[in-house]
Amino acid sequence: MTLAIKASGLAKAYGDVIALNGIDIEVEQGTVLGLLGPNGSGKTTTVRILATLLQADSGTASVGGFDVVTQPDEVRSVIGLTGQYAAVDEYLTGRENLELFGRLFHLSKFDAAKRATELLDRFDLSDAADRGIKGYSGGMRRRLDLAASLIGRPNVLFLDEPTTGLDPRSRQGMWAVIEDLIAEGTTVLLTTQYLEEADQLANRIVVLDHGNVIAKGTSNELKSQVGGDRIEIVVESAGDVAKAADLIQEFGSAPATTEEVVKTVLLPVAGGSTAIVNIVRKLDENKIAIADIALRRPTLDDVFLSLTGHATEVDEVAAPAKGRRGRKARS
Amino acid sequence: MSTLTSQSAKESTAPRPRFGWLITDSISVSRRHLLKITRVPESLFFALIQPVMFVLLFAFVFGGAIDVGPGGAQAYREYLIPGILAQTVMFAVAGITVGITEDASKGIMDRFRSLPMRPGAVLTGHTLASLLQNILVIAILSITGLAVGWRIHNGFSDAALAYLMFASFAYAITWVGAWIGLHMPNSEVAGTAGLAWIFPFTFASNIFTPVATMPTWLQPFVLWNPVSCLALAARKLFGNPTPLLGDSFPERYPVQLSFAYCFLLLAIFAPLAVRAFKTRNK
Ligand SMILES: Nc1ncnc2c1ncn2[C@@H]1O[C@H](COP(=O)(O)OP(=O)(O)OP(=O)(O)O)[C@@H](O)[C@H]1O
Ligand SMILES: [Mg+2]
Repeated sequence: MTLAIKASGLAKAYGDVIALNGIDIEVEQGTVLGLLGPNGSGKTTTVRILATLLQADSGTASVGGFDVVTQPDEVRSVIGLTGQYAAVDEYLTGRENLELFGRLFHLSKFDAAKRATELLDRFDLSDAADRGIKGYSGGMRRRLDLAASLIGRPNVLFLDEPTTGLDPRSRQGMWAVIEDLIAEGTTVLLTTQYLEEADQLANRIVVLDHGNVIAKGTSNELKSQVGGDRIEIVVESAGDVAKAADLIQEFGSAPATTEEVVKTVLLPVAGGSTAIVNIVRKLDENKIAIADIALRRPTLDDVFLSLTGHATEVDEVAAPAKGRRGRKARS
Repeated sequence: MSTLTSQSAKESTAPRPRFGWLITDSISVSRRHLLKITRVPESLFFALIQPVMFVLLFAFVFGGAIDVGPGGAQAYREYLIPGILAQTVMFAVAGITVGITEDASKGIMDRFRSLPMRPGAVLTGHTLASLLQNILVIAILSITGLAVGWRIHNGFSDAALAYLMFASFAYAITWVGAWIGLHMPNSEVAGTAGLAWIFPFTFASNIFTPVATMPTWLQPFVLWNPVSCLALAARKLFGNPTPLLGDSFPERYPVQLSFAYCFLLLAIFAPLAVRAFKTRNK
């Protein structure tokens, strides 16, 4: 059990703004850590410090066994970084970009070219390989950026919000690629604003808020803190609410709550989709008409609400456009 | 594709002295900038059009009014071309200032910084590419000069030395531009600031008019101004008119002084720029 990433007491301030307030992070070799947090919580700052781009004010960190301050070259030779914003040259073609980075990774000319072709293939970019990046879509840029960070076959990969701004299909594609990398044994530190994404990809999750770690654990551990999945049932007539709640209680993992005014029953459940089937069947057998039924997974908001008592709204005031985008994609 | 990450990165990263990597990395980076020039040929076109316009303006419009000794208008054209070459080399610096600022604020800088390349290569590569562009501009400008009547009177070796001097100065001075660029918040500011400091050096010089025509209090600055030295040295080496003020040190040893300036600029600003690059955004 070796640690691929170990950071302790990392702190960083920008003038008066405390970006990181002394955080500890440990990622075991071959595992995936999801760094979850709203806008401005310090995710990018953490990644930049670990990837040797930024110097912490205090604290120590090592990646792949190398100290990020005293052995930056060694760290750089084992990491790959996909930043929050695409880090490619827009005047060059996709292939030229990858070959350039390959050469700068000190591959031979031949190897750099071979590797570029290999990665373009893998990321479905072969057709666009010889076109300028200017004409790439956001999703294509993201994929090229990820490809660029894999040039050196990194043991440790940093992905800073790899799917923010992608449409659902591109997001799925990105997840598939990341899952492949994880299967190959790459250690990944992934930042995200989406609980769903961390859930899908990460073994362990660290939740950041205002530069502090406010929770850590597996996604199940976090979810149980938040309350897990809930099924929301809206019945046709208000008179049925109490009866429905009684009938379906046997499928719940905790007592159901009711809101008669909106004809709604909320039932915490463990196995989401099977529970839905059972509930529909049960209510149907008892002639209770259902107006709407939905599985509600805990969102980042739920995590925050339960962990901090405040929603992520606070930061959306500071960054309204971005916050709104994140919110829409989540719902 | 199964084993993309299984092999160690180190097997292809053969050990090589740091200086060796600095050279290969610089070449890679400069290739990037040269490719960029081919993608945006307008940048090169406008880099050329400006000095050519200066040549035509001063040779045919203002030139008649400026006296550089016997020979009239023809003598002035011979006087003018080395000056324009020096001016062009100076103005090219503004370009690299903007380029560096723009680059430094973009995501690609993060990519460079996260690679195990020599960090200095980002700058040496950029300055090398800018030197190559400069050499091309100098060549085209020389041809334009020949077309309007400028001539090289001394031998090949003197002319070669003059061109070597221009190239050295062009390279050394771009480091000043790079250093400034690394302190600019954005490319708009870099565009103005990168040009502002160049004006006094180019216009308070002997590029267009002899030193004698300047106010006395300004003459010492004009004499020691590296741009004046460069122009005077080139005129001497090419065998063009050199109306002197007296026999001050810069007028007696312009060639030596020009090379000394190159060395000084490089020795001071290259390390400063590399340091600024390493600490920017840290
Ligand atoms: N260069 C900078 N100068 C000043 N303040 C900064 C700078 N970079 C980050 N900050 C501040 O540090 C805090 C943490 O920023 P960071 O970028 O790490 O957050 P994040 O979690 O990545 O947010 P996002 O989800 O918006 O990407 C924020 O309050 C931010 O305003
Ligand atoms: Mg961020």
